[in-house]
Amino acid sequence: MTRENTKKTVNVLVVGTGGQGVITASEILSDVAMRSGFDAKKSEIHGMSQRGGVVTSHVRYSENVASPIIMEGEADILLSFELSETLRWLHFLRPSGRVITSLQKIIPPAVYAGMGSYPEEAQTVIKQRITDPIFVDALPMAEELGNPRLVNTILLGIASAMLDLPVDTWEAVIVERVPPKFTELNLVAFDRGRNIT
Amino acid sequence: MKNQILSGNEAVALGAFQTGVKVASAYPGTPSTEILQNFATYKDVYAEWAPNEKVALEVAIGSAMTGVRTLFTTKHVGLNVAADPLMTLAYTGIPGGLLIVCADDPGMHSSQNEQDNRFYAKFAKIPMLEPSDSQEAMEMVEEGLLLSEKYDCPTMLRMTTRVCHSKSIVQIDAGNQAAIPVAEGFKRDLKKFVMIPAFAKLRHPLVLEREAKLEDITETTAFNRIEWNDNKIGIITSGITYQYVSEIMPDASILKLGMTFPLPKKKIKEFADKVDRLFVVEELEPYIEDEIRIMGLAVEGKAFFPKLDELSPDVVADGFAEAGVLPYDLPPVQEIAPGGDMPRPPLLCAGCPHRGLLYSLNKMKAIVHGDIGCSTLSVLPPLQSIDSTLCMGASISMAHGTVKAMAGLEDKRPVFAALGDSTFFHSGITSLMDVIYNKGNVNVVIMDNRITAMTGGQQNPGTGHTLQMEETYAVDIIEIVRALGCRRAREIDPFDMEGTMAALKEEIAHDGPSVLVTKRPCVQLFRQDPLAVRTVDTDACIGCKRCLKLGCPSISQGDIIPDEANKKERRYSNIDAATCYGCALCEQVCTSNAIVYVAQ
Repeated sequence: MTRENTKKTVNVLVVGTGGQGVITASEILSDVAMRSGFDAKKSEIHGMSQRGGVVTSHVRYSENVASPIIMEGEADILLSFELSETLRWLHFLRPSGRVITSLQKIIPPAVYAGMGSYPEEAQTVIKQRITDPIFVDALPMAEELGNPRLVNTILLGIASAMLDLPVDTWEAVIVERVPPKFTELNLVAFDRGRNIT
Repeated sequence: MKNQILSGNEAVALGAFQTGVKVASAYPGTPSTEILQNFATYKDVYAEWAPNEKVALEVAIGSAMTGVRTLFTTKHVGLNVAADPLMTLAYTGIPGGLLIVCADDPGMHSSQNEQDNRFYAKFAKIPMLEPSDSQEAMEMVEEGLLLSEKYDCPTMLRMTTRVCHSKSIVQIDAGNQAAIPVAEGFKRDLKKFVMIPAFAKLRHPLVLEREAKLEDITETTAFNRIEWNDNKIGIITSGITYQYVSEIMPDASILKLGMTFPLPKKKIKEFADKVDRLFVVEELEPYIEDEIRIMGLAVEGKAFFPKLDELSPDVVADGFAEAGVLPYDLPPVQEIAPGGDMPRPPLLCAGCPHRGLLYSLNKMKAIVHGDIGCSTLSVLPPLQSIDSTLCMGASISMAHGTVKAMAGLEDKRPVFAALGDSTFFHSGITSLMDVIYNKGNVNVVIMDNRITAMTGGQQNPGTGHTLQMEETYAVDIIEIVRALGCRRAREIDPFDMEGTMAALKEEIAHDGPSVLVTKRPCVQLFRQDPLAVRTVDTDACIGCKRCLKLGCPSISQGDIIPDEANKKERRYSNIDAATCYGCALCEQVCTSNAIVYVAQ
């Protein structure tokens, strides 16, 4: 017998490195889920988020969510802000899970101190393991739209196309959460992401 | 009634506000910090950062003695600091409701140990509540205050990192203002509040009487509830693990404990008698399990669920699989993808004022006792600047001990203590007093970055602002140091590497204690306003990697340097203009003049 009970829960694992906007993205997603009428939970560890370390945030929603943490092998979507971080968390995905990953590479100084090497074959490994991964050059895309911080909204836009949550609710939450002068730009970035596939 | 998705910490702050808490005191500490940060923003409340947890709890006690509902929050190790007032507070009691929120950190996400503070409630014999999500966290604030007022003792609300930092939906109503008791002010009661031995002897029996009363309450509280299901498996659990258990074992019966001191022994017995196999699932120590064993009941727990680290749905599922009762097959373990294990440790920020000092200290071949805070990040390569980190303020006293112990040894290395401004205010001051009083010879460096940085940038006695952002007197560190009797004290600039090195050497040469204060604000406060950004001149860079030894996140290696002699492969250093703050340390360590200033 397999574990059936959590299959109805949508599990999104958002990952990246400190300062990239992982937590903001998961805040938006969990808020959209709640306003769409679901029970939603979100969990991450603060503390090191500003200091370049690994950052993950778990978002889960369904009629009734117990654990705020996703089990290994049960994530439906891995939404990643950094390519090597995608590899780090790949084993959290279900066999049928989807990957959305920015192609941005942030090489930790630990690598220059000889504590390991950056996985240059990341894209190949992801393709071997996962069906139809979405690789997106989100940073240049965001810069082209006018602000590198739009990476966040572009990635959420892509995820939104895979999640059954109303687009109006997404847009309403984004409008509420970004400074007024960036509202238009964020809505454009969201739309760009949503129509990428 | 409206729904909002809140973290456990936000829910506690809201609950405290809505139930009429008027005074709150704490020292920042992950994962508890956001409780006071949120509470401080509500109207008509007083909230403060105290210099340490002992002071904070004493402030809270003074407030609750005056009959006002009061909040004290701390991380687990902070309660060690506040344990002295706590243990006697348990004797005196207080007329106003006093809630002690203690946030444990199983898994040590941001702590030096993973002690289980449930034992403090048992030790002090005070009621303890443990929420499993944000809704409960909010509700338990009120319950905790009511218990505190009714039984004349503080209540401990014990949380863990996962409850503090996870967000879940909370149903918010306007709150019931009518239920908030009116404070009667401070009333003299010598036999209750003056704990001389004769009076304390009168209070101790009352503590035991209270414990007996609480034993009745815990049997009837709605927070201890049985969820009957199949009776083959019965599971007793509390806190966040309740969520994991209900998800992993949907068919089992569960005794969900929300009040975990005292434990509801009758309810536990009733539950145990009706199930075939009894498990306890709890993080860290077998706190509940041991009590059940003492009751003479057959129970299983730590045989399957580790004492180490925080639990997770995966670990709970593994435990029940090992016990042979998991209702489904565990999916095959997926290996971590190749290349998925590259280390990415947290780092001192680009432009961090600690870097120049820690890099310079490294060159002194000294013994360096470190302290709690961002500077501990320098233990990792390439800096590896500190030799010890134990607890708040310990660097100075430990350095003093090392110096005294080295008196008869051949090792003549200089001994340094390095700690932050907030850590110095917390408990470094008394340590320095000890050094001076007892004629020690410690070289102290206080890294004054004008903020409590590691916990996310909180005000402290040196910043000139309170938690509620009122202007206040900013403590002068040098003045304190001199007043303690350390006449040799001065400020240096950690962005000036040569000056910093020279100052360190001078203090090593000097026979006697000294204090250097590296004065530069935390870069997180001024990130938006960088100094002159640096760049690498590829005509001059020889790929020697000196700049990389600073461990700066803005410096990386770029393209291979063309080399006709075809010797060793070398690469240009590269500075990321978007994150460089312009501290210019790299320019100062470069011996090829390859790091230059970008004209604005």
